[in-house]
Amino acid sequence: MAFLQIADLSATYGRSPVLSGVSLAVEKGEVLSLIGPSGSGKSTLLRVLIGLLPPQAGSVTLAGQRVDYAVPAALRALRGRCAIVFQQYNLFQNMTVLNNVMVAPLKIKRRPRPEVEEEARALLGKVGLSAKLHAHPSELSGGQQQRVAIARALAVKPELLLLDEVTSALDPELVQEVLDIIRLLAQEHMTMIAVSHEMGFVREIATKVALMSEGTVVEIGTPAEIFDAPRSERARAFISKIIRAH
Amino acid sequence: MAGIWQELPRFLTWYNGIFLLNALLNTLLLSIIGCLAGGTIGLSLAIIRCARGRAMAVPRAFAWAFTEFFRRLPPLVVLMLAFFGASVARVDLTLFQVALIGLCLIATASLAEIVRGGIVSVHPNQWDSAAALNFGYLRCVLTVILPQAWRVIIPPAISFMLLFIKDTAFASQLGTLELTYAGKVLTTKGFSAALSYGTVLLLYFALSYALAGLGRRLETSIGIPADR
Ligand SMILES: Nc1ncnc2c1ncn2[C@@H]1O[C@H](COP(=O)(O)OP(=O)(O)O)[C@@H](O)[C@H]1O
Ligand SMILES: [Mg+2]
Repeated sequence: MAFLQIADLSATYGRSPVLSGVSLAVEKGEVLSLIGPSGSGKSTLLRVLIGLLPPQAGSVTLAGQRVDYAVPAALRALRGRCAIVFQQYNLFQNMTVLNNVMVAPLKIKRRPRPEVEEEARALLGKVGLSAKLHAHPSELSGGQQQRVAIARALAVKPELLLLDEVTSALDPELVQEVLDIIRLLAQEHMTMIAVSHEMGFVREIATKVALMSEGTVVEIGTPAEIFDAPRSERARAFISKIIRAH
Repeated sequence: MAGIWQELPRFLTWYNGIFLLNALLNTLLLSIIGCLAGGTIGLSLAIIRCARGRAMAVPRAFAWAFTEFFRRLPPLVVLMLAFFGASVARVDLTLFQVALIGLCLIATASLAEIVRGGIVSVHPNQWDSAAALNFGYLRCVLTVILPQAWRVIIPPAISFMLLFIKDTAFASQLGTLELTYAGKVLTTKGFSAALSYGTVLLLYFALSYALAGLGRRLETSIGIPADR
């Protein structure tokens, strides 16, 4: 069984169904890229995976363990192994850059401060923000905030990293600095599910691409298969649209 | 005015001074204890009320009902409820204590609503981030949400507290000695209403002015700019 196995997953917001029968598998070290039109349920899938929205049906199995989202202890264990980076960064506005990165290891994992601080400084160095340790999020550019958000996610040492359109809220000139970091993570074999429409980038780092439409996965394959030879009509239409946009 | 000057020597006695000081002290006590109790219990109620999940359904409903009930009643009615409540329950309380309980109920409900407004003003994505990092509800509230909510909570909380000083006057209706009651007593002793209530008015003003100064210091200390 794959490291992450999603089977027949469904979810609703109130009454309206948003995900229906999503099945996906991600192996350790793989980068799965999720693409699809706006409103197709990509963000919702990531929110369900990290337990921000309870699934209606189906199963998620992580490292051989089925995740029961209704059991708080299981949810905590899951969140100990996964981390998410949001489109809008969602940094804690009341904390400095350094504290944003340290708060979870320190307060939640209760690890000793000197060790946590050393790691946090190293992570912020890795994302190129050593000079901004004591700045507040509101004093940073979007790209810088997103890099802090990535460092914050990495600080909990996730085995699976979820990335939700992490560059789509950024000004074009800031996109590359964030993509560079994700490229670095891919080279280090971080297992990732990344929602992204940066086609060139997806081709470069994704081992698999899943195309979503109306709450389901309509096509899945290698980047070459999806982008160069989409099988379904819906996939063809979407791919030609994003190619034209680039 | 001439009348007041003639009254003044008879008014300015040690006895009246101590009487008024006593009344001032009681007004101050009612205000401060009311605000402290209201602040802490109100904060707790607001935190309970904003919790999600079925496990919290009953406490949440209680917090909601308490806040809505006592926030909507006229202050005098709350004090009467406290008075009759105490006598029905046959607890032996002084009138001062009964008035204090009623005032605490009022302050608790109002401050709970102000704190709740502050909590919901924080962007929902802050909850998502915290939850994804395994923060529990209380930890999220204390380390992420409230630190961002203070600047929304503090100004209306301070203006409530200043208005609340006026609410303590209702304690006079239960026969508790505080400033308004003192004014009433002084007029029955034959002093003119202008002098009696004029003195009371000055004391209320001084109290409120001093507390407003404290409030402004608090606001600037948390980074809310002074009046523009
Ligand atoms: N908080 C919400 N409440 C109700 N409906 C929502 C909410 N968030 C998203 N949706 C709906 O769910 C569907 C999928 O949304 P989303 O997962 O955000 O799509 P994507 O990320 O692919 O653009 C959309 O139809 C959207 O309108
Ligand atoms: Mg989305």
